[in-house]
Amino acid sequence: MAKAAAKKSAAAAPSVERRPALAGQELSATGVTLAVLPPAERISLRAPDASVAALSKALGVTLPQKPKTSAAKAGRTALWLGPDEWLVIDEVGKVPLADCAEVTVLHSAVVISHRNVAISVTGPAAAATINSGCPQDLSLDAFPVGAASRTILGKVEIVLLRTASDAFRVECWRSFSDYVFTFLSEAARDAAA
Amino acid sequence: MLLIRCPYCEEERPELEFRNAGEAHIARSANMAGESDDDFEKFFFIRSNPKGIIYERWRHMHGCARFFNAVRDTVSDRFLLTYKAGEPKPAKLPGASK
Repeated sequence: MAKAAAKKSAAAAPSVERRPALAGQELSATGVTLAVLPPAERISLRAPDASVAALSKALGVTLPQKPKTSAAKAGRTALWLGPDEWLVIDEVGKVPLADCAEVTVLHSAVVISHRNVAISVTGPAAAATINSGCPQDLSLDAFPVGAASRTILGKVEIVLLRTASDAFRVECWRSFSDYVFTFLSEAARDAAA
Repeated sequence: MLLIRCPYCEEERPELEFRNAGEAHIARSANMAGESDDDFEKFFFIRSNPKGIIYERWRHMHGCARFFNAVRDTVSDRFLLTYKAGEPKPAKLPGASK
């Protein structure tokens, strides 16, 4: 009986156990708050121009074609990373890869859900905090709400998305997440001072 | 910090996002096995290394990740022009002193 129950719960559990890096870490300083965002589904999508329309339809979000832009719809965000490269993030638990699998046009979609960790940086000093390690111009003119870019923070590569005038989403590789969070924590204290 | 214009991102970005990738416009022979040793040496090892205007490949490593070509003055380190990979060598350079 116990054996059967154990079997049943094992079948119901997801096939890959998720062990979030940095789970639950938070930091509040004057003017800026850091928080680790909950796990999300992500794919790295590469596709030629001819496939973009069909993929946009399947994903339910129009893949942006302009540099440094993003598009969001129903909890799913597509970030322009390069002329034929997008990062698609789904925060409501739907699997973008499954949508891409139904498309017959040429494309490459790779699940990177567990590769990335997202950190939110919010507050009036958010831009100053990120700018302590990121050399891009984060003024609202140059980096408006919805702007997205792959760039660097300190010594590591990040993907930066501006979700509001005073809020950013920082995506970094999981193995770098400790460095990124510590870096941002130090920067937040500096920005507050 | 230098600002380099990426022709794919269509704006100037900080140099930390870029990597140099050697001299541009070096054509690889279609018949590599038939190359003489001297020709192969020229293709593989010999670079122009000029004092002045140089045509280079650069990569927007931590941005759009694309390779592109740039014209740079090795004396002043000024970037005169950047253009997409595959485009021909520009005939006219803006602001070139000579």
